[in-house]
Amino acid sequence: MELYTPVIALAAIAAGFAVFSIVMSVATGPRRYNRAKLDSYECGIEPTPQPIGGGRVPVKYFITAMLFIVFDIEIIFLYPWAVAFDAMGIFGLVEMVLFIATVAIAYVYVWRRGGLEWD
Amino acid sequence: MSATTMVRAADDLSAFGGDSVWVVLLKALLIFVVLVLLTLFNIWWERRVVARMQHRIGPNMHGPFGLLQSLADGVKLALKEDITPKAADKVVFVLAPVIAVIPAFVAWAVIPLGPEVRIPFTDTVTPLQLTDMPVAVLFVLAVASVGIYGIVLGGWSSGSTYSLLGGLRSSAQMISYEVAMGLALVAVFLYAGSMSTSEIVEAQKDVWYGFILVPSFVIYVIAMVGETNRAPFDLPEAEGELVGGFHTEYSSLKFALFFLAEYVNMGTVAALATTLFLGGWHAPWPISIWDGANEGYWPVLWFFGKVLCFIFFFIWLRGTLPRLRYDQFMAFGWKVLIPSSLAWIVAVATVRAATLDGGIDRRYMLYAIAAVAVLMIGLFLIGGGEKEEEPAEAEPEPFDAFAGGYPVPPMPGQAPASHPTSTMSTTSPGSSPESRQES
Repeated sequence: MELYTPVIALAAIAAGFAVFSIVMSVATGPRRYNRAKLDSYECGIEPTPQPIGGGRVPVKYFITAMLFIVFDIEIIFLYPWAVAFDAMGIFGLVEMVLFIATVAIAYVYVWRRGGLEWD
Repeated sequence: MSATTMVRAADDLSAFGGDSVWVVLLKALLIFVVLVLLTLFNIWWERRVVARMQHRIGPNMHGPFGLLQSLADGVKLALKEDITPKAADKVVFVLAPVIAVIPAFVAWAVIPLGPEVRIPFTDTVTPLQLTDMPVAVLFVLAVASVGIYGIVLGGWSSGSTYSLLGGLRSSAQMISYEVAMGLALVAVFLYAGSMSTSEIVEAQKDVWYGFILVPSFVIYVIAMVGETNRAPFDLPEAEGELVGGFHTEYSSLKFALFFLAEYVNMGTVAALATTLFLGGWHAPWPISIWDGANEGYWPVLWFFGKVLCFIFFFIWLRGTLPRLRYDQFMAFGWKVLIPSSLAWIVAVATVRAATLDGGIDRRYMLYAIAAVAVLMIGLFLIGGGEKEEEPAEAEPEPFDAFAGGYPVPPMPGQAPASHPTSTMSTTSPGSSPESRQES
């Protein structure tokens, strides 16, 4: 754990700086109330009414997020494999080729079904 | 074999974790100060270089060569009103810049700035790196992912359409390019046999991985530009479409924090590229002939020299390339970078296995390659015939300049149906467009 504790020191300094900046900007900046200033900025026109509850987000973002999870987990499998590759030799190579081929089938399926198309 | 590897790794990290509290605090504070100064310098440098590329002068009034311009801008931002929009989610709105800034700094905890040195005026010997861990590069990637929360929450909590779109775009873009970035690093781990940054630098004593793993390096460099939302991939902040993207509603020092996070992240990906591909703090070739080049505090100079080369590359891109369209950009990440990284990983692993001691039966290797090749080709060919026929070139419609009710010039490739002067001669001037069409 000794290797990880110094990270906390750096995080604490960064957090202290960030909080100090936010508190200071309230103290140093002027405050002049203006109703129009607190509206959402849309280049000067009346702001678009926002749907209650935040509205809906296009489904393509969720597809991207799910694909990201698939490939991120693949990466998590690849990292320890790469580090221990010399110890495993040819066995590791064959295993990982099979694994990558399995993911590649899913990848090609997604591609052909249009999951990678944007709009 | 694996047991000896473990022992070796444990030995190599023995330099870390033994620092006393004041040494840790000193190094953490130094990293923080260096990063803030680097950011101030980078902003000034970017403005100067882009100005020079555009035949302007750039900031040159505050301090020598305008070096204090960024500091002046920071003070000005501090004196501006801190606006919280009416529609904003107040707590998350304040929290988002903090979430964006902390990971940007924390990622530098495992970046090796130099070898072991003696702290001046003391007998303490310590590595020029806050800490190292067996999974250091994974730590950087994990921490960088936390930074995405700051951006997406900032965009969401503003309660503004532009901010929300910018935040969504940004998160989709960053996670897409993080996959390509992560895959590009696998080959480095394969050759270094470690994920600890100091060991990867040590393994590049003789040859830098940027030279032997060129495809990985190229993919990483492209992905790092996408990961940091920089031009030509700066779609989350496309001024022409989204005003300022996720930070449209932010003002004063909260905006400055986002700005700081972006520039520190630029430094982080550049430092990671230096560490993994350009030999970290090792001196470049002509200098490395001198024995003292890799000792004492000199390596800090080589390290930041390489980082600044990458920063210059970022600036050069911004001064040269126009912004990509979003669908092209996502397609490039998912359809080009990811499959090519996967193919490259398989190729590197095959070559590595072939050169390992003990020798292997090359037939198995060829079988594996052939199987993968057949599989890939087959998958792409099956159903290739289902592709609908390209519609035959449609007969170009005769162009009517007055179809929309008022005259418009023809698009490229469209020929005017009739000569305008002939219509002019048959209709009286001032008549309505409808009567012109009937004539």
